[in-house]
Amino acid sequence: MSDMALDVGALSKRFTLHLRGGVSFPVLEDAALVLRPGECVALTGPSGAGKSTLMRCIAGNYGADSGHIRLRHRGAMVDLVTADARLMREIRAESLGHVSQFLRVIPRVPALEVVAEPLRLRGVPRAEAEAQAAALLARLNLPERLHGLPPATFSGGEQQRVNIARGFVAHYPLMLLDEPTASLDPANREVVIALIAEAKARGAAILGIFHDSEVRARVADRLHEVRPLEDAA
Amino acid sequence: MTDPGYNFAYLDEATKRMIRRALLKAIAIPGHQIPFGAREMPLPYGWGTGGIQVTASILGPDDTLKVIDQGADDTTNAVSIRRFFHRVAGVQVTTRTAEATIIQTRHRIPERPLTEGQVMVFQVPMPEPLFKLEPRLAETRRLHALGDYSLAQVKLYEDIARQGEGGSAYSHPVMVNHRYLMSPSPIPGFDNPKLHMSPALMLFGAGREKKIYAVPPYTSVVSLDFDDHPFRPVRAPHACAACGSTTSYLDEIVTDDRGGRMFVCSDTDHCAENQMARKAAE
Amino acid sequence: MSPILEGQNLALRFVAVRALDDVSLALWPGEVVAIVGESGSGKSTLLRVLAGLAAPQAGRVLYHDADGAAQDVHALREAERRTLMRRDWGFVHQNARDGLRMGVSAGGNIGERLMAAGGRHYGNIRTAAAEWMARVEMDPARMDEAPRNFSGGMQQRLQIARCLVTRPRLVFMDEPTGGLDVSVQARLLDLIRSLVAELGLAVLFVTHDIAAARLLAHRIVVMRHGRIVEEGLADRVLDDPQHPYTQLLVASVLAA
Repeated sequence: MSDMALDVGALSKRFTLHLRGGVSFPVLEDAALVLRPGECVALTGPSGAGKSTLMRCIAGNYGADSGHIRLRHRGAMVDLVTADARLMREIRAESLGHVSQFLRVIPRVPALEVVAEPLRLRGVPRAEAEAQAAALLARLNLPERLHGLPPATFSGGEQQRVNIARGFVAHYPLMLLDEPTASLDPANREVVIALIAEAKARGAAILGIFHDSEVRARVADRLHEVRPLEDAA
Repeated sequence: MTDPGYNFAYLDEATKRMIRRALLKAIAIPGHQIPFGAREMPLPYGWGTGGIQVTASILGPDDTLKVIDQGADDTTNAVSIRRFFHRVAGVQVTTRTAEATIIQTRHRIPERPLTEGQVMVFQVPMPEPLFKLEPRLAETRRLHALGDYSLAQVKLYEDIARQGEGGSAYSHPVMVNHRYLMSPSPIPGFDNPKLHMSPALMLFGAGREKKIYAVPPYTSVVSLDFDDHPFRPVRAPHACAACGSTTSYLDEIVTDDRGGRMFVCSDTDHCAENQMARKAAE
Repeated sequence: MSPILEGQNLALRFVAVRALDDVSLALWPGEVVAIVGESGSGKSTLLRVLAGLAAPQAGRVLYHDADGAAQDVHALREAERRTLMRRDWGFVHQNARDGLRMGVSAGGNIGERLMAAGGRHYGNIRTAAAEWMARVEMDPARMDEAPRNFSGGMQQRLQIARCLVTRPRLVFMDEPTGGLDVSVQARLLDLIRSLVAELGLAVLFVTHDIAAARLLAHRIVVMRHGRIVEEGLADRVLDDPQHPYTQLLVASVLAA
């Protein structure tokens, strides 16, 4: 189907802990999910059901054992399960945005550069990338005096806003949001909701985990339940 | 005249042939160091054993030999070497540059322009121009083979950075025939230009290091430099106190212990010629 | 596009030890790859073989130059290999003594590669040296000082400036932060990270520091007993390690 933004099917993921005598347990079995451009789907299910694992498999952070994760990249549907590191890096730069729960802080790099980096990777000139980054940080109410400082010293909420800005600054056709509003105050939560709405309006597909049921109700077009494997079986 | 206890020019004929082979090879590859089996000589290393062996190997009965040390014919070293060859080869000796067919030297090239057929023999303490920069001889050989002389350029850079203009006053390295980097032996930089396209044959002998190298007549010899710091031969900005020359290389002579000093030509023959010419003119 | 460097079926034995056992690895332009593993895993040997410093007993190393021509690194004549190493490549050693001339000033150290490339303008060489000292966060006013006057971290930065001044396409680093204090390491890693991104360099580096690998590398290669046991996206190898040895490596770091 040509109008899919994301097509996950028959996806299995199992963890084998060699340090604990090779104990092995499945987290995803035969998982399936489809996203269309412009829609936002919220993953639901009890904690431990595998929502994060599914999300991280799609992000490429975890490697799936079997099945497919197809997404649109450079005009074609590309399977992430078999993509090599180089293709994955290209996809992350151009086609797949990811706002993780926590910002992986890079020492000594100012917030503005952290946020501008996705644009820089796409070849946007520094001045323009940083102007866009500054505008987005301002919209997320991060005071300008913090823009030049490394986020390592920021509070949890400030770091999360840097993380969100980094995810939204470049316009990806597919975005993964893992608890984007968890540590935000009501005003900033509204900004994030607006950013999601704008992304949808320009045709981006969004897959998110939102524990805040109010946020979820406002942004999600559809819920997708991830069931723990015992229940599913 | 020749001391009958010695072979002509001291060295046995086999040794001379060995050295001549090394010389021929050296002339064929201008600036390239050729190893040779240096012999024990009846004087200590550092007194010119390399130069003496080269001279002994090329000397013929008809040659006229001049020996200078720092430009002077009358220093102990020059006198004893001249006397040595007079005794073991019976050749004519001279102090006149114009008359000499072979000039063995330590630290100078005569002021009077050399002519075709003359041979300069340099006494060389350290033949390797990269010696102070790269202590491993195997590596310096490789650098020569590859023509990789950035190290020498680095040394020059360091000299300019530390001492400003001028750099090394002695042993300023030269590129021979656009190929090999060569130490001109410890001659002053002032003499470097005399090597370039000289009509005379230049032979270099290093006894302790057992190396011979050469610059054939009419060969390009260019002092290493930077585009914005071109090599400039320097001399003391004075006139010779004895002959009045303002173009020759001068030695500074301390005349007392109160800071008194005078500058005279380092080339004693040249100075004497100048003085004679001046007297004749008067 | 083709890889910038390819090691194909490399093998090397030291008496009874297999230092490299049929190792193949490709590095792409602009890619930063970390080779991790414990001492004796063969990671440094692999780096040396790929960098042309040690010859493999089997297999070959191909370098694709800027014109797209493939060169068999170990089949090159020595003059060609040396030219390649100081024009297209850089090598940052763990010990600054191996990568710097300790008797030559900082400016001379940086300038050497320019002079080797034919630079004969003293003023331009000094300007470039000063510029690169500033870029590696050193005071250009100290360019006439010898490396021994500088701290370990500064010596490493000087080594990096010396490598990068000729704008190489490919840089090898052997434990570039090894032996440095933790705070100094962080600063150096960050400097390397920003320079690499800015210049679009391909970098192959060896480290036993997993944090350094995570920070710098796009891709991680895990070596053990002379073989590559796992490789992939840096974050995936560290967050979802598959091989028992990788799991041990990652667990050991987290426990520390």
